[in-house]
Amino acid sequence: MEFEAQLLQQLEIEKDREIINRRPVRIDPARIRRRVWLNNLLQRVFSLSTAFAIAVLAILFYQIISQSIGWLDWQFLSSNLSIFPEKAGIWGAIVGSIGLILIVIPVTIVLGVSTAIYLEEYATEGRLRDFIRINLSNLASVPSVIFGLLGLSLFGRILHLGSSILAGGLTLSLMVLPIIVVSAQEAIRAVPGFLRDGSYAMGASKWTTIWKVVLPIALPGILTGSILSVSRAIGETAPLVVLGIPALIMRVPTSVMDDFTALPIQIYYWTLDSVLTREYANLASATIVVLLLVLFLMNSIAIIIRNKFQKSY
Amino acid sequence: MRQDTNNLPDVVYDVRGLNLWYGETHALKDVNLQILKNHVTAIIGPSGCGKSTFIKTLNRMIENVPGVRTSGEILYHGRDIFDKDLRVEELRTKVGMVFQKPNPFPKSIYENVLYGPKIHGIKNKQLLMEILETSLKASALWDEVKDRLDDNAYGLSGGQQQRLCIARCLAVQPDIILMDEPTSALDPIATSRIEELINRLKKDYTIAIVTHSMQQAARISDRTAYFLLGELVEYDYTERIFSNPRDQRTEDYITGRFG
Ligand SMILES: Nc1ncnc2c1ncn2[C@@H]1O[C@H](COP(=O)(O)OP(=O)(O)O)[C@@H](O)[C@H]1O
Ligand SMILES: [Mg+2]
Repeated sequence: MEFEAQLLQQLEIEKDREIINRRPVRIDPARIRRRVWLNNLLQRVFSLSTAFAIAVLAILFYQIISQSIGWLDWQFLSSNLSIFPEKAGIWGAIVGSIGLILIVIPVTIVLGVSTAIYLEEYATEGRLRDFIRINLSNLASVPSVIFGLLGLSLFGRILHLGSSILAGGLTLSLMVLPIIVVSAQEAIRAVPGFLRDGSYAMGASKWTTIWKVVLPIALPGILTGSILSVSRAIGETAPLVVLGIPALIMRVPTSVMDDFTALPIQIYYWTLDSVLTREYANLASATIVVLLLVLFLMNSIAIIIRNKFQKSY
Repeated sequence: MRQDTNNLPDVVYDVRGLNLWYGETHALKDVNLQILKNHVTAIIGPSGCGKSTFIKTLNRMIENVPGVRTSGEILYHGRDIFDKDLRVEELRTKVGMVFQKPNPFPKSIYENVLYGPKIHGIKNKQLLMEILETSLKASALWDEVKDRLDDNAYGLSGGQQQRLCIARCLAVQPDIILMDEPTSALDPIATSRIEELINRLKKDYTIAIVTHSMQQAARISDRTAYFLLGELVEYDYTERIFSNPRDQRTEDYITGRFG
């Protein structure tokens, strides 16, 4: 019995050795050459694609910046709208955009993070949760005009908020909410289960575990997602246009119930009217530069947070 | 189960007719066993036999797995842990757990040890410092970390992290500590330190430890339970299990002639 087993094992080894000595894998040098050639070709294609994207961006920047030179100055930032291009400024639009942000941030973070916590930590697994999850992802890809229409009927008409900063802020919040929920869900899901277990095993309740263990770890991810979403919201024009923001507002808003204008809206109207008054194109470019700077700043903050707190377990 | 009824040591856990299902998988089959106070109880068996499932049932952590069903009773000091009025949070302050992979929080050593006391409402600074020191001393980590309590726990070695997890568990002052293969991710030196630690902790605590190493079970435990395919095959004094098992299946496993 024992001997037989040894013999069998020996035979196996002999067979393997025979295969190894035969070297049955034949390498075809022509095939290797073809592979290397394909690799070099693809490398060029990919770098050209990148160069194309960079070139388009460079042309765009060149055009915008050259048009804004001479127009983007302190006077432009600090004065209010005017029909005379030399006197016009975007102070009102800046105030409007800040107002929007101040509404969007608290509304979306509170609602978005709560929803994400519920879906990830409390909701029991099942059809309903899957249904909500899938539809959140779908909502995140609904075009922004549609959210404008929803805002118009819900906030503008039913709640009689008209085209105020509040109506605009809530409309943008609706638009951004699904994105924040989805990104917060991802951040929460990325917290390893064994850390939750460590907490539960010491008698921590679910909420204690979420508050003390899950959220501190998920926070950088949640913040990154939130900042990116909010920066998307301040660049949006369509929902605000649908809400019926007037083309020319001479008054700087003083409360959330005031009518307002915002940076992207101003870019939109000035570009439209540049056929009539040439200089409006310069004003639009100068506003674009301001908006881009704000967006770059926000995205950089998001990236810094993400890199600084990235952890591996 | 053979039991010396005359001077019976205190029973911490009395498991009666425990069955557990993961959906359709019958993972624990009519398990009956008593865990005795100040004893080290080893749970051995081939992988997949239900060791982890069993030990996680004792503090009801198993309920975090969706689709788990149980039947039977687990009496903890005479009280059924499946009782509707029992709060698992309260049970788990008495029943600590140490996991297979060291799982400290990504916080300082200090915050890790005091996590339990703090969430359970202890605020007194002096008391917290006392708990910190005794827990770290009891887990044989104090000398190595006393000068860097504010450092992140992730800077410790694997063995130190596991002892930190033991300290974190001791800081809640449990009666019994459940350990699920606590040394399987550690090197031999770190393993022997944990084994020494378990030997010392036995005086003040009851310990139930899952291990896939029979040598470890033989070295550290007073009683050994052998599981196979969800069944408790044999449960006895450790010496008897290893020298003179009553069940053929136990003997096959012990002698390495396992099929
Ligand atoms: N989360 C789970 N879902 C379904 N089946 C599981 C789960 N965890 C364990 N099992 C099954 O239960 C049995 C016992 O597993 P486990 O207790 O992990 O074994 P051990 O710890 O002894 O290796 C195995 O057959 C395993 O496949
Ligand atoms: Mg296991």
